[in-house]
Amino acid sequence: MSARADPQAPGRDARALAELARTVRLRTLRMTHRAKSSHIGTCFSMADLLAVLYGHVLRVDPARPDWPGRDRFVLSKGHGCAALYAVLAERGFFPTEWLDRFYQDGSNLWGHATHHGVPGVEVSTGSLGHGLGLACGMALAAQRDGHSWRVFTVLSDGECDEGSTWEAALFAPHHRLDNLVAIIDYNKIQSFGTVTQVLDLEPLADKWRAFGWAVREIDGHAIEAIVDVCERLPLERGRPSCLIAHTVKGKGVSFMEGDLLWHYRSPDPDELRRALQELGAAP
Amino acid sequence: MRTAFVHTVTDLASHDRRITLITGDLGFGVMEGFARAYPHQFLNIGVAEQNMTSVAAGMALAGRVVFTYSIGNFPTLRCLEQIRNDACYHMADVKVVSVGGGFAYGALGMSHHATEDLAIMRALPNMVVVAPADPLETAAAVRAVAARPGPCYLRLGRAGEHTVHGDGLRFELGKAITVRDGGDVTLISTGAMLERAIRVAERLDAEGVHARVLSMHTLKPLDTDAVVAAARHTGAIVTLEEHSAIGGLGSAVAEALLDGPVRRVRLRRVALASRFASTVGGPEYLRDTLGLSESAIAEAVRSLLAERAGEMSGWNGASGS
Repeated sequence: MSARADPQAPGRDARALAELARTVRLRTLRMTHRAKSSHIGTCFSMADLLAVLYGHVLRVDPARPDWPGRDRFVLSKGHGCAALYAVLAERGFFPTEWLDRFYQDGSNLWGHATHHGVPGVEVSTGSLGHGLGLACGMALAAQRDGHSWRVFTVLSDGECDEGSTWEAALFAPHHRLDNLVAIIDYNKIQSFGTVTQVLDLEPLADKWRAFGWAVREIDGHAIEAIVDVCERLPLERGRPSCLIAHTVKGKGVSFMEGDLLWHYRSPDPDELRRALQELGAAP
Repeated sequence: MRTAFVHTVTDLASHDRRITLITGDLGFGVMEGFARAYPHQFLNIGVAEQNMTSVAAGMALAGRVVFTYSIGNFPTLRCLEQIRNDACYHMADVKVVSVGGGFAYGALGMSHHATEDLAIMRALPNMVVVAPADPLETAAAVRAVAARPGPCYLRLGRAGEHTVHGDGLRFELGKAITVRDGGDVTLISTGAMLERAIRVAERLDAEGVHARVLSMHTLKPLDTDAVVAAARHTGAIVTLEEHSAIGGLGSAVAEALLDGPVRRVRLRRVALASRFASTVGGPEYLRDTLGLSESAIAEAVRSLLAERAGEMSGWNGASGS
């Protein structure tokens, strides 16, 4: 795997985007192993979404992370930051060597998404239920000030338990924020059990529709389908878009898929070896 | 103070399109002029303070200077984490405004008593905390916090506070205003307690005690120079606040004295005990019955000076015992 940052977006080519997603998973795997940190399952469930967003959809420029005309991306589920750092490094926002220092003493890559000193991270998150409101504020400012940039945010299913998420969910349609896209990484597993066991969200799409959003349910691992829907945004003029991405926690490594354990566990050397093998990397 | 706030923020908005006012569905009868004149700079976000604060931070990160407005504890405690993470950590231009600090909404009950807000806001990194004393300080404070980058908490009274200052007020964030000079004791007041402080100082004059009075409108960053100077010149300080004794002005002054160079100084805090009010009452009733009356303040000064006199004679007398 090359350590060289790629300054060129892969574009809509599904194979290139799948390769970016695979690289993000590989990097995330090594990062969480080295750091002995948690949350690899949540990184893997959104790896394909992040690859499509950063590889094709978002209008961002790694050479000018603060470019005023950029699309804004808010990782509301800040605990998935390892995957965000990985995709940003792959796209050339900062050197991939930084990833080796993730979660280490003296590093600038904290264990929840942090913008300080990290080019490309728009906002810092980590407490659930903040991202959608922040994204709403950005989208409203863009709408009122006549900017054409858009705001994307990825939420976890668990943070749909938070009341503040639903305050923001009421807000966006009321203000017709069709420059806002909320993507729910619906991997069906939250911190202490399945979503169904802990606090059932179903019927989830109906809830967002009832709040006034244009909603599309997608397979969050089908690269071409994600590309396709993202090229048709907003889903409806005058409404914010909600993409409910059905995903698998730990997607990509058989023994992590759908297992709550991998919300917490970091891979030991043997697990790392097996996972790398499954992802097609040399150990 | 509320009127002074709305007038000033309206004037600022007329000159600066970044100035934005978000209310959590409060301000009936006072916000309408702003809303009509500057609809693109106004937002009634509904009864949703967490979202109000996150949206304000998002707008600020997109270039706006945003005032969030509500009453009592709603714009602060209800959305504390949004203030901490979204506003303070990002150094976002979010200016949190609460109308009804202390007991201003007295008889409405516990839910409307904002008596721990200063302590909690003061503890947040990057936060500037301001509690002006009168309408003139309020107007100056609104301009000052709008011009200063980063988050701020502006704690206001409600309506009808008297104008205490005269013309030519010199207001600077982080600089105490000396309202009155004196060499025997210093009364340091924050918020609308200033009026009581001045009246008590006048009363003490008649007893031959000459009090310096400072309006400490900015709790953070605190004017430690003014505190140290008061300690050095008067040797005795009484703090006055419509707030819990835990974490507010008195605590801030005590911390400054602990860290400062002056050792021979006595401090007394006139503040609220850390308990909920148990009897119904309007603002004046609650202030007077819960330890903030003018006589309670005067008594605090007298006992402090008596203590100091005893101590001085102890230092001077060789015998002790």
